[in-house]
Amino acid sequence: MNARSINLKGLAKLALLLLVLTLIILVNSTELRQVTWLRILFGVSALNFTVRATVPLVLGALSGILCERTGIINIGIEGMMLAGAFAAFTAKVATNSWPLLASLLFGVLLASLLFGVAVALLVGALMGLLHGLMSIRYRMDQIISGTVLIILAAGITAYLFDRNAIAEGKFSQISIPLLSDIPVIGDILFTNAPITFAALILVFVLQVALFRSRWGLRTRACGEHPRAADTVGIKVNRYRYVNTMLGGMVAALAGAYLVLEAVGQFQEGMTAGRGFISLAAMIFGNWNPVGALGAAALFGYTQALQNELLLAGFVNIPRQFVAMLPYVVTIIAVAGLVGKVRAPAAEGKVYQTEGGE
Amino acid sequence: MSDQPVPVLEARNITKQFPGVIANQNINLKLYPGEILALLGENGAGKSTLMNIIYGLYHPTEGEILVNGQVVRMNTPRDAIALGIGMVHQHFQLVPVMTVAENIMLGSETVRNGLLDVRKVAEQVTELSQRYQLDVDPYAIIEDLPVGMRQRVEIIKTLYRNANILILDEPTAVLTPQEIEGLFQVMELLRGQGKSIIFITHKLKEVLRIADRINVLRGGRVAGEANPKTSTQAQLASMMVGREVILTVEKEEARPAERVLEVKGLSARNDLGGPALHDVSFEVCAGEIVGVAGVQGNGQTELVEVLTGLRKADHGQITLNGSDMTNAGPRRITQEGLSCHIPEDRHAHGMVVSYSVADNLVLNTYNQKPFARGININQPAIIEHAKELIKRFDVRTPGPNTHAGSLSGGNQQKMVVARELSRPLKLLIAAQPTRGIDVGSIEFIHNQIVRKRDDGVAVLLVSSELDEIMALSDRIVVMYKGEIIGTVPAAEATRESIGLLMAGVHADAQPPAPDASAPGS
Ligand SMILES: Nc1ncnc2c1ncn2[C@@H]1O[C@H](COP(=O)(O)OP(=O)(O)OP(=O)(O)O)[C@@H](O)[C@H]1O
Ligand SMILES: [Mg+2]
Repeated sequence: MNARSINLKGLAKLALLLLVLTLIILVNSTELRQVTWLRILFGVSALNFTVRATVPLVLGALSGILCERTGIINIGIEGMMLAGAFAAFTAKVATNSWPLLASLLFGVLLASLLFGVAVALLVGALMGLLHGLMSIRYRMDQIISGTVLIILAAGITAYLFDRNAIAEGKFSQISIPLLSDIPVIGDILFTNAPITFAALILVFVLQVALFRSRWGLRTRACGEHPRAADTVGIKVNRYRYVNTMLGGMVAALAGAYLVLEAVGQFQEGMTAGRGFISLAAMIFGNWNPVGALGAAALFGYTQALQNELLLAGFVNIPRQFVAMLPYVVTIIAVAGLVGKVRAPAAEGKVYQTEGGE
Repeated sequence: MSDQPVPVLEARNITKQFPGVIANQNINLKLYPGEILALLGENGAGKSTLMNIIYGLYHPTEGEILVNGQVVRMNTPRDAIALGIGMVHQHFQLVPVMTVAENIMLGSETVRNGLLDVRKVAEQVTELSQRYQLDVDPYAIIEDLPVGMRQRVEIIKTLYRNANILILDEPTAVLTPQEIEGLFQVMELLRGQGKSIIFITHKLKEVLRIADRINVLRGGRVAGEANPKTSTQAQLASMMVGREVILTVEKEEARPAERVLEVKGLSARNDLGGPALHDVSFEVCAGEIVGVAGVQGNGQTELVEVLTGLRKADHGQITLNGSDMTNAGPRRITQEGLSCHIPEDRHAHGMVVSYSVADNLVLNTYNQKPFARGININQPAIIEHAKELIKRFDVRTPGPNTHAGSLSGGNQQKMVVARELSRPLKLLIAAQPTRGIDVGSIEFIHNQIVRKRDDGVAVLLVSSELDEIMALSDRIVVMYKGEIIGTVPAAEATRESIGLLMAGVHADAQPPAPDASAPGS
């Protein structure tokens, strides 16, 4: 009976997905496009916006998952993201016209963009290392340590930011052969810039790695019951350092995305709370990569909706209320989940072998 | 034993110092091939510490470990595992949200094409569990399994790693007599294969039954060696504790008074939604001890949970001191009903591992005077209280502020018992109250329970130790498949008659209805 009800649920989900997909294709390729509310809900512009808004959120959530699954709370995603954005920007500006060997291979622009990404990843790893040191080596409260990262990144980037610097160019879109020919969907999903593709691929790679690889099994054991992991010879704190650094890199990639793919420039505080919404997406997705993608897409979609509603002037309530939409949805989503999702049991707790159980 | 082969394992001059405690002091120990060495010692004597050192988890302050005559340097358990040492820890080291197979392979994973080969591991687990008759389902999730099953998973975990030297730290504390017998058969099988086993327990009978040699620790030092063929339980007990221990409980005839707890037609379900209790009715009067006997898993756990407010009842009524407490919350039951609860799983329900000893000792009274002052906590009063209980119950700890998780297992249990017994009471619900406690302290706790009874407390005692039930109870109810299959006055009970009831066989002379044998008659 159980198996059947799961099947029914799965079928219902599949049917809903197909329905939405058909609607999307119909709305964008037939006369239905004249219906304002359908266009707001399913129009290409809303969906493109959703994808753009989802990428940094899902990367942020993956960063959180990497850290928390091994037992380290990471509320510093916002700071890691901002540091990554700034690093990407600075590296990009420094190499706007960089005659490098790589430039001969890819062209100056691409080489400089890739260099930006690499530097962002490096800075992200350092932010992760810092978080690891504070919370593992110095046994600081992990919430405080995360807050330190946020304040640190905000302060340093504002101080070092050169307002006259300009990054020239950003990642351009790539169309995936065949898949991008699917009407409407191909445009939205399969014609995008590289970091967007990387983010989507990363979600599925991490999902498999976390639940089906050796690294994933050990990571989860460290986050659930570090003592048990220790007694079978797993170096708990080493896993925690490595995963926190990986988490920092993924968050920094979100920052690089904002600068090198979405906006093209850096602005002070440009992450604008995305790190926190990522945390909500991580929780809403029950610390699963695919779940987090769904949650991030939901939050991204509400942002798109807010945008479309404001543009269309469709509603005549004060725009401030419309602007609240994504945040209200976030709060409701997370509050409604209390007791339904389960955080890794040992997160936030220092582990020492000889500290007893 | 006579031709003295090279020991497979030797600990030389091991000293281990923790902040404020010397857990091991110049300990020497030898383990020969194909033998079962029992390690005895009071709570806090340093048994687990020594084992953790041998297993590479803790690092000795001084001394060295030899495997097959070679000095070895162990940094982590990984090194110990590589040397063929396996250990079943005193507290389960299983990840509750993972499956049996995942737990077993953790740290020694089988990987194919970069992914875990769960199927292969599951096959190996099934194969091992058939070979040793341990019967575990590799795909079950740990948190759904009863404790006895988890213990088997721990044993398979070491077998899976091909351990040649097995350390079993109190594996029988949570097992039923049947399961213990099963474990002993596995141990004998392993010994027959030439493996060596270090076996820790507080149950002297088990030691005499299975061990080839006995080592005793006391206060972190080796107190001596004994031969199981020529020793008696009393000798072992006094060797452990350093004084005579009275192994039987002395108590007077019970004088039951008014009814304190009355349970009528109680039904409840287990975690998986299946029936756990069916139409259970009984009563406990002030001044008597009612023992609940039964093979573990016949509803005792659920019964205690319903009575303490941790589980909802589907039907039936619970009356405590004359007021209806059916499905009342734990706080109302403990504070209004003046009832207390020594839970069977101390880590899950009895204590907060990460709190200090002092804080753990006020978990049931922190919101009352003198520990609460308005919305504040009165720290000095809590510390004073802790100091007194630590002394009275002989909890071995460096001080009241020590992290409770660093106490030895038995001392954690004593801390829980101390907290529960130190409050004015009407009803005491004790589930496995002496789990993991040494004989000296068992004597003390049993006396405390009898004293409570004599002070007019109603006592409900649940234990999988039939000896404990027989020794303490005035009346015994036997549970079988969620029902009370019989009630026997302790004076008329024999091990055999209770054993038959536990197996679900109605004895003919048995009065059919539980109420038929009135208390105190
Ligand atoms: N991790 C730790 N940190 C500090 N002190 C510890 C730690 N582990 C054990 N101790 C202390 O070392 C002493 C020996 O403890 P151990 O756990 O070895 O006792 P044990 O013989 O196994 O007792 P039990 O029978 O109760 O399990 C105790 O006083 C205990 O408080
Ligand atoms: Mg111990």
